Amino acid sequence: MAKFKYYYDLMSQPSRALWIALRLGKIPYEDCPVALRKSEQLKPEYQQINRFQKVPALVDGDFHLGESVAIVRYLADKGQFSEQLYPKALEQRARVDEFLEWQHLGVRLGCATYFLDMWLLPMNGIKPKPSAEKAAILSKNMESQLKILEEIWLKDTPFVVDNKMTVADLFGACEVEQTKLAHYDVGKKFPKIAEWMQRVREQASPHYDAAHEFIYKKSGMKPSNSKL
Amino acid sequence: MLNWLCKWFHSDSRALSDSCGPKVKMSLRFYYDLMSQPSRALYIIFKISNVQYQDCPVALRKGEHLTEEFKENINRFQRVPCIIDDGYKLAESIAILRYLSAKGKIPEHLYPKYFVEQARVDEFLEWHHITLRVTCSLFFRTIWMDPLLTGVRPSNEKIQHLTQHMEANLDIVENVWLQKTDFLTGQRLTAADIFAACEIEQIRLADYDVRIKYPKIKAWLKRVRAGCNPHYDNAHQYVYKISGTAPHAKL
Repeated sequence: MAKFKYYYDLMSQPSRALWIALRLGKIPYEDCPVALRKSEQLKPEYQQINRFQKVPALVDGDFHLGESVAIVRYLADKGQFSEQLYPKALEQRARVDEFLEWQHLGVRLGCATYFLDMWLLPMNGIKPKPSAEKAAILSKNMESQLKILEEIWLKDTPFVVDNKMTVADLFGACEVEQTKLAHYDVGKKFPKIAEWMQRVREQASPHYDAAHEFIYKKSGMKPSNSKL
Repeated sequence: MLNWLCKWFHSDSRALSDSCGPKVKMSLRFYYDLMSQPSRALYIIFKISNVQYQDCPVALRKGEHLTEEFKENINRFQRVPCIIDDGYKLAESIAILRYLSAKGKIPEHLYPKYFVEQARVDEFLEWHHITLRVTCSLFFRTIWMDPLLTGVRPSNEKIQHLTQHMEANLDIVENVWLQKTDFLTGQRLTAADIFAACEIEQIRLADYDVRIKYPKIKAWLKRVRAGCNPHYDNAHQYVYKISGTAPHAKL
């Protein structure tokens, strides 16, 4: 089977989740990094790759596909994705899908907005640093989603769907990792999330640490036993 | 109009546990409120697909989804839509669509089985959450719902900001998704069109007329409505009535 091309930047949360999943599943792909910091995704050449000018994206022969979760499903149906990470059994798959659909407006929107407004946009001079009042609203919005992760998804199980790590955990954890850049320490208020992230990291080793190298370095919040 | 709205807001409803019909026992229970965009999308899809379900309307305006009973017995996330299929509880409209499709309940023309075609529909469904859905809902909530609940209207600056964000995404629907095709993911109506149309219909409530700036969206909405009627109009009866902007053609 010819290799597909995977376009990504490890600074993008869903890019990392998919990158870790591909590596864990030992799926061969052609490595196509895209530097968001250089706005490579906005160049006309990249528009030919992905008309939405975002990462991650996949090109498989002449089939172009954006959206990380759509890519997971496409590869799974083609037999190019780990079955442990995206189960085939109807009810288990639906449960993973339930998380993947929830996370967009749940943990992803909350965490990504926090990261963007607290760190990325002020750092690049696009927006002023948020006032104390605005910062409080941003953390309240994010924490209302983290609370759902802590109290519902992780209520009785070590992973968000039952007892085994799936791609849902990778998507969730990569979003939460991103908030480290804005110096948010999730373990202070959400002990279950902190423990869960440690489990995900161990299960996804060594790719999890490799994907998060920049975040660990930049935030100074490297897990104590990381070999990086 | 306002009178009618107040009445609707405060109208009596049966207790939730009694409100599931019809009398025949079905193994699939569908919980929804036609004021919720993804609820409407699933409702229309179920009707077109002739999915047999036990009808379980949930009145969000009365907080029926916020009770402990709802959390415990129906949906731990306290939202609609959701289903209980022979004891299996599932939330998230798109997860529900995929689950029922895998069970053979959704026709292929609405959600393709062939993975390449399905990926195209998935691409839209995954795209729409933090783009079209979030900006249209925020527009609707801030301009229509919040003032109704709090009596406070948003500032002009705030409205302008919300409009800008929403239109950035309507631009993508108009110029990218509908660039070359009659429907979002090709020449045929799929679940993607139904989800998208239900989000866009919602902003009628905040007096936004999408037809003014977006000729392609305007023509596409007509096609989606025609392809889904009479279920489309039934699903939008409250949106039409409350906004006072029903399409001219009869229900």
